[in-house]
Amino acid sequence: MSKTPEKPRSFQSIILALQNYWAAQGCAVLQPYDMEVGAGTFHPATTLRSLGTQPWAAAYVQPSRRPTDGRYGENPNRLQHYYQYQVLIKPSPPNLQELYLGSLEAIGIDMEMHDIRFVEDDWESPTLGAWGLGWEVWCDGMEVSQFTYFQQVGGHDCHPVSGELTYGLERLAMYVLGVDHVMDMPFNDPGSPIELTYADVFKQTEEEYARWNFDTANTEVLLRQFEEAEAHCKAILDQPAVDPKTGKRIIMAHPAYDQCIKASHMFNLLDARGVISVTERQAYIGRVRTLAKMCADAFVQTRAGGWTEDAA
Amino acid sequence: MPDLLIELFSEEIPARMQTRAAEDLQKMITNGLVEAGLTYASAAAFSTPRRLALTVEGMLAESPSVVEERKGPKADAPEKAIEGFLRGAGVSRDDLEERETPKGKILFAKINKPGRPATEIVAEVLEHTIRHFPWPKSMRWGNGSLKWVRPLHSILCIIVSEDGAEVVPMQVDGIESGNTTSGHRFLAPDEITIASFDDYEAKLKRAKVVLRADERAETIWHDATNMAFASGLEVVDDAGLLAEVSGLVEWPVVLMGRIADDFLGLPPEVLQTSMKEHQKFFSVRNPKTGRIERFVTVANRTTADEGATILAGNEKVLSARLADAKFFWENDLRVAKSDAGMATWVKALENVTFHNKLGTQAELIERMAVLSRELAPMVGADPVQAERAARVAKADLSSEMVYEFPELQGLMGRYYAQAAGYPDAVAAAAEEHYAPLGPSDDVPTAPVSMAVALAEKIDKLTGFWAIDEKPTGSKDPFALRRAALGVIRILVENDLSVPLDRFIGAQLVRNKGQAHDDIHDGLIADLVAEIAHHGVFGAAFRTIMEKADHILHPETVEKLEVQVPHKSGDLLSFLHDRLKVYLRDQGVRHDVIDACIAMPGNDDLTLLVKRARALSETLKTDDGENLIQGFKRANNILSQAEEADGVEYSYGADIKFAETDEEKALFKALDAAEAVIAPAMEKQDFTTAMSAMAELRGPIDAFFDAVQVNSDNATVRRNRLNLLSRIRTICTSVADLARVDG
Repeated sequence: MSKTPEKPRSFQSIILALQNYWAAQGCAVLQPYDMEVGAGTFHPATTLRSLGTQPWAAAYVQPSRRPTDGRYGENPNRLQHYYQYQVLIKPSPPNLQELYLGSLEAIGIDMEMHDIRFVEDDWESPTLGAWGLGWEVWCDGMEVSQFTYFQQVGGHDCHPVSGELTYGLERLAMYVLGVDHVMDMPFNDPGSPIELTYADVFKQTEEEYARWNFDTANTEVLLRQFEEAEAHCKAILDQPAVDPKTGKRIIMAHPAYDQCIKASHMFNLLDARGVISVTERQAYIGRVRTLAKMCADAFVQTRAGGWTEDAA
Repeated sequence: MPDLLIELFSEEIPARMQTRAAEDLQKMITNGLVEAGLTYASAAAFSTPRRLALTVEGMLAESPSVVEERKGPKADAPEKAIEGFLRGAGVSRDDLEERETPKGKILFAKINKPGRPATEIVAEVLEHTIRHFPWPKSMRWGNGSLKWVRPLHSILCIIVSEDGAEVVPMQVDGIESGNTTSGHRFLAPDEITIASFDDYEAKLKRAKVVLRADERAETIWHDATNMAFASGLEVVDDAGLLAEVSGLVEWPVVLMGRIADDFLGLPPEVLQTSMKEHQKFFSVRNPKTGRIERFVTVANRTTADEGATILAGNEKVLSARLADAKFFWENDLRVAKSDAGMATWVKALENVTFHNKLGTQAELIERMAVLSRELAPMVGADPVQAERAARVAKADLSSEMVYEFPELQGLMGRYYAQAAGYPDAVAAAAEEHYAPLGPSDDVPTAPVSMAVALAEKIDKLTGFWAIDEKPTGSKDPFALRRAALGVIRILVENDLSVPLDRFIGAQLVRNKGQAHDDIHDGLIADLVAEIAHHGVFGAAFRTIMEKADHILHPETVEKLEVQVPHKSGDLLSFLHDRLKVYLRDQGVRHDVIDACIAMPGNDDLTLLVKRARALSETLKTDDGENLIQGFKRANNILSQAEEADGVEYSYGADIKFAETDEEKALFKALDAAEAVIAPAMEKQDFTTAMSAMAELRGPIDAFFDAVQVNSDNATVRRNRLNLLSRIRTICTSVADLARVDG
């Protein structure tokens, strides 16, 4: 095993170490998707790119929003906005576990001193119509990542199978840095001319969003936006494959998927506002899943999704 | 004879699947070998988180040659038919033999099947096993199509003979067999070459892998109990957790850690559940105080600091977990002790669906409360208290703690009800009303708990019966068999006499009402009152239905009228079926139970069981067993005569028409038996009644030996038939002996 690097001193140095590590492993280091999502999996670089036959390797940070988890920045490890680090490699390489362990070393976890375990944890996303098998990875009893081999996404069997790694960055960083409350975590280097903690960056937004998510968001507007996004998604996919203006075959899987993401986020907000009953909940999830499946169906008809002229 | 060693090395196999997988590997391989003619002396299979291994000892080096004979067409069959047969059997004409049979001359083919080397057979069997392995869940990976529980990395497959180890060449989906494996992921990851099973086990141990799961479990338990003992503490026994943890490590290292003082005030069950479910920790208890004070975790490695870093990490994670639990506990206590108290939680259950056809949890609680009140007098509980208990028994389902740890339902209810100031009997019912959960679980014995526990189960059964969700075959998603066994055990083991019919009927109507909006509460109350008086079979039920005719949709009337009595009977026979299973386990035969179910009052299960036990005991005696013969003889003669004569002989046997001593003796014996049986039956003392009956065996046998019932004298014959009728009446007072085998 390689020599353990310097212990990181800040939240961002851990993110940078992961970016460098996965770049060195040959991943395209992407940027966050520019929409509100509940988890890194929703990024089209995972959801759509795990479909079809084209090889893929990407790593990125994805800001993620879970409105119901907001605690006004007071809970030591619950946030309505947090960061996930996401790696997706298709086909999953045979040494993916070793690559993953290498990433832990890269952020300063000494493999000689810690107890790393792969504990069964199967993953399922009812909203994406997706499931996979894998583990939660434990470091000294602490869950530091999710490790999943995708078997199905958007109702499609994955051929080849993608390997997905998801790190909850705040939690992982708190562990590595030895911080007990997320808000106390140094965001930039503690020796910087202007030292910033996680609280300096996010305490106020956690408060603002918690108030908005729980009490203020206009549920009528949210509901309307949900339905508009749903209708919009379907309308986009109803368009003919050939663009009448350019004469090219352009299936708009991504724009449609944006509407699916939007609907999913509206649902999360409605859920946080407590206006969705238990029975309705299933129905909403089903509606988002229908959109996700339609987008998946569309994507596999595109070049990035493995479609070729010859096969058609 | 050679030995075989197989190891399938993969990424981490879920702990819960390992034991079964090792068994399946052994079964599939050895069955395959034997089927192909390779017998063996012994076999054993092993599992670790990353490997399944199998050793087969004393295996044949090759399968024996066999000559198979196959019957062909007649010797004079058309040429084409013979050729076809030759092709099918893969033989030439020289291998055919003509043989004379009763059907004429037939051709027989001799097919020589030469023996095959073990390597060839093993390769085939192993490939088939890997491709068809019965994992509960399996997956594909990379570009491959093979399915395994997690990615399969290598296959070790060697046959070991005096000449040394030989790799069995084979490959599955690109993975080639070899004679190497790897040790512990972190402590000894290098490749090692294996020459035999002993070599395998020894080298693995040097490479920090304990192959045997039971050895890992022993090490863990031994070290954990020693460590606890050294601190004057004891490890809380948990066989399930021990098995699971043994499947999470290849090189177990036991570490004992502290629970921060802040959390020692939590209920011990909360500590234990949180530590077990989230962290797979064992609880360590102070035997003097009964409190959980420490934990034991099992690491998968040794470290230079003797686990100090690992333990510190685990302690920190635990503190975060317990901080959550403490937060829930304190919030919940605040609610329970508030003015609104646990009613707040019950109110919240108005939004929680129990079943889409049976309404919300709050509605279920309402039905349960009414039934608890009605059942209370039957089990010696105060009706008001029973109703109150039913209303808080499920309140904890809304608590934060139970939301987080569903397995603590009931137990938390008890803690919170105590905190809210409910009487102990009410608080206890919150925990105990779920009991018994299994055949060996304790049955509640406190009256209030019994009332609520019965109500909970009867409501569940009638509810699912009302909407036609009965268990079928192996499918019982709502655990209705368990609920039925619960009803049986609570009643029988507490010796409670409860006529279930009217409670089942009433609750069916309440549940039916739930499923149909147009049945309003007043009508349900009327129906329930009628049922309480007359039972569901009563004409009164139909009368009330007629009254309801003009307010209800005709379809609804039809449903209630036709279905309630029918379903009530159906549910009672379901309970009887479960009772048979319950009593069979205690050695009571099913025909004995059938004989007792045939008696009136069979909806009182305790009464039914008393009958069955008395009959069962009597049948174990010589007299008892033979009484059945005598009774059946009497019953058959009587039934035949009644059918032939078209009358019922049921009255007026008179000793003055008795001709023989045996006949007179039987009269006296019947008089004597009746004198004992009648008062015994009054007291439901079936044992006394049955032994008095058994004493009739001698006189009945003597009677039949000496007396011809069908006498030529019509008066004498009639008198004797009337005498047989007395036997029938007496012998069917406890059970219908005609239904007893023998």
